[in-house]
Amino acid sequence: MLAIARQRMLGQSFKKILPAVSVLRSYSSAAKQITVREALNSALDEEMSADPKVFLMGEEVGEYQGAYKITKGLLEKYGPERVLDTPITEAGFTGIGVGAAYYGLKPVVEFMTFNFSMQAIDHIINSAAKSNYMSAGQISVPIVFRGPNGAAAGVGAQHSQCYAAWYASCPGLKVLSPYNSEDARGLLKAAIRDPDPVVFLENELLYGESFPVSDEVLDSSFCLPIGKAKIEREGKDVTITAFSKMVGYALKAAEMLEKDGIYAEVINLRSIRPLDRSTINTSVRKTNRLITVEEGFPQHGVGAEICASVVEESFSYLDAPVERIAGADVPMPYAANLERMAVPQVEDIVRAAKRACYRSELEGY
Amino acid sequence: MVLGRAFEDKCAKMYYDRKMLGFVHLYNGQEAVSTGFIRLLKQQDSIVCTYRDHVQALSKGVSARAVMSELLGKATGCSRGQGGSMHIFSRKHNMLGRFAFIGEGIPIATGAAFTSKYKREVLKEADCGHVSLAFFGDGTCNNGQFYECLNMAALWKLPIVFVVENNLWAIGMSHLRATSVPQIYKKGPAFGMPGVHVDGMDVLKVREVAKEAIGRARRGEGPTLVECETYRFRGHSLADPDKLRDPAEKAHYAARDPITALKKYLIENSLANEADLKAIDKR
Repeated sequence: MLAIARQRMLGQSFKKILPAVSVLRSYSSAAKQITVREALNSALDEEMSADPKVFLMGEEVGEYQGAYKITKGLLEKYGPERVLDTPITEAGFTGIGVGAAYYGLKPVVEFMTFNFSMQAIDHIINSAAKSNYMSAGQISVPIVFRGPNGAAAGVGAQHSQCYAAWYASCPGLKVLSPYNSEDARGLLKAAIRDPDPVVFLENELLYGESFPVSDEVLDSSFCLPIGKAKIEREGKDVTITAFSKMVGYALKAAEMLEKDGIYAEVINLRSIRPLDRSTINTSVRKTNRLITVEEGFPQHGVGAEICASVVEESFSYLDAPVERIAGADVPMPYAANLERMAVPQVEDIVRAAKRACYRSELEGY
Repeated sequence: MVLGRAFEDKCAKMYYDRKMLGFVHLYNGQEAVSTGFIRLLKQQDSIVCTYRDHVQALSKGVSARAVMSELLGKATGCSRGQGGSMHIFSRKHNMLGRFAFIGEGIPIATGAAFTSKYKREVLKEADCGHVSLAFFGDGTCNNGQFYECLNMAALWKLPIVFVVENNLWAIGMSHLRATSVPQIYKKGPAFGMPGVHVDGMDVLKVREVAKEAIGRARRGEGPTLVECETYRFRGHSLADPDKLRDPAEKAHYAARDPITALKKYLIENSLANEADLKAIDKR
């Protein structure tokens, strides 16, 4: 089951090993652009090169070069013992991956889409997430579950669900969701190096998008901390939190709002579990208003948790009710016009921000 | 079969013209299996498949217009545009669904068979020899749900036929690379049911086997596993570059095209002549 063919030519893999990590950002004049796909591929390549215990398994990750070409070239480079094409048995191969992690290896398990992870969810939760606690720290499970999450384009109800909220509610798991190429590289490397199970939620529609990256990001030792959000755009009037594709939408909304004199602060969560409550609350204490944005279902969603956190910790700073924007409370319809209505759009974010600022929603139209 | 082939070719054209979105999986080459089995069914018999389902829907009686509208996302589609290519349902024709996840449909079909038996034995309804057919591919035969259902269907003697459309490829994964014992029909007897292998490119052979299997189920003798050796002429889906399949293999199966084969048979055996066949094509 492939995405609509966006056949971008993959660039060369990044094997530049720069001298020792430079803590300072290098503001080189020619900022290089790489796609999220290239970012993920290079991160996998570098981590596999650095640690022979890291191996990949999943459907079509080897000979097919990856259903979405994220693992392109890795079979040729590392061989079939380290890049395993599995039969279509999510429950089986996920369980095998978890067992391998119990016993000392570092698997990276690809789900062709996180919708398929439901067939393996028992192993993700019961065998991976809970074991460290159940064994009082004796068993560590350094495994990464990665793949595309959320809606794509016209792929129907069984291929479009967002799993961020479900996985993030489980103690014992770490849940990450990158937006741009820097996030993709830094967070995937962090996930692979982490001793605990990590659910890594990518987005199919972002794979082909290019973002500028600094030399520091391209260095093979680059890594982002887990549990830390990033303020993508500073502002003073309203805080907008988002993750994955919605970060792009929030940034566009912020540009539109600026024209009406509303300066939105956009937070890219990066880490859904642990959630960076500190950054979010500090921001809301500054702006006094909160909008959360996500593509997934509204009930018990990521936004619900963020709103609760802000109400618990920063209630007296709020000047307006917190608001969450989410996907429609309905299985994803197939028809394009219905699908568009089932997922948040930039205009929805703009309107919500204006509501929070007690401005008429018709202003500026 | 001809309607199925023409329909699928039209889908391909619309997809490449960007009128159709998402995932579209075509059935070209496998028509003999669908026709061979489904044409023997009654309206109340049910079928369940995976996502390669347009032609099964047509064979079961869903109008081509309704299916095409669904693919185009229109409100006149059989699911009002809400399901899409992979999710064609029809209550009226007892097409209980297409599923995106392989293996998912098998327990559903087994459940329908269970209902049929329950209605007859517990609710004492008359005329309940309804049969269920589950269609799925070679990739599914490595999935746990397949084995769980073979076991329970045999245990409870359910009126179901498990039809494997073995086209040798699961996207880019060859059946031989994924399976320890590639002869799928051998797995039937391990669970206590007959396992039959048939040439899935020959609609008459498929029909013979289907008659026997469906008959068994209707008489209350329990399930059968039928492995149809077939081939898909196009890629896994319309977005699949299909680079891994050997051209010689494709040519071998193209020479065994079920439609051409049947035409040849009909003419050789004087059951129809060229003019009759041309008339079918025109429709």
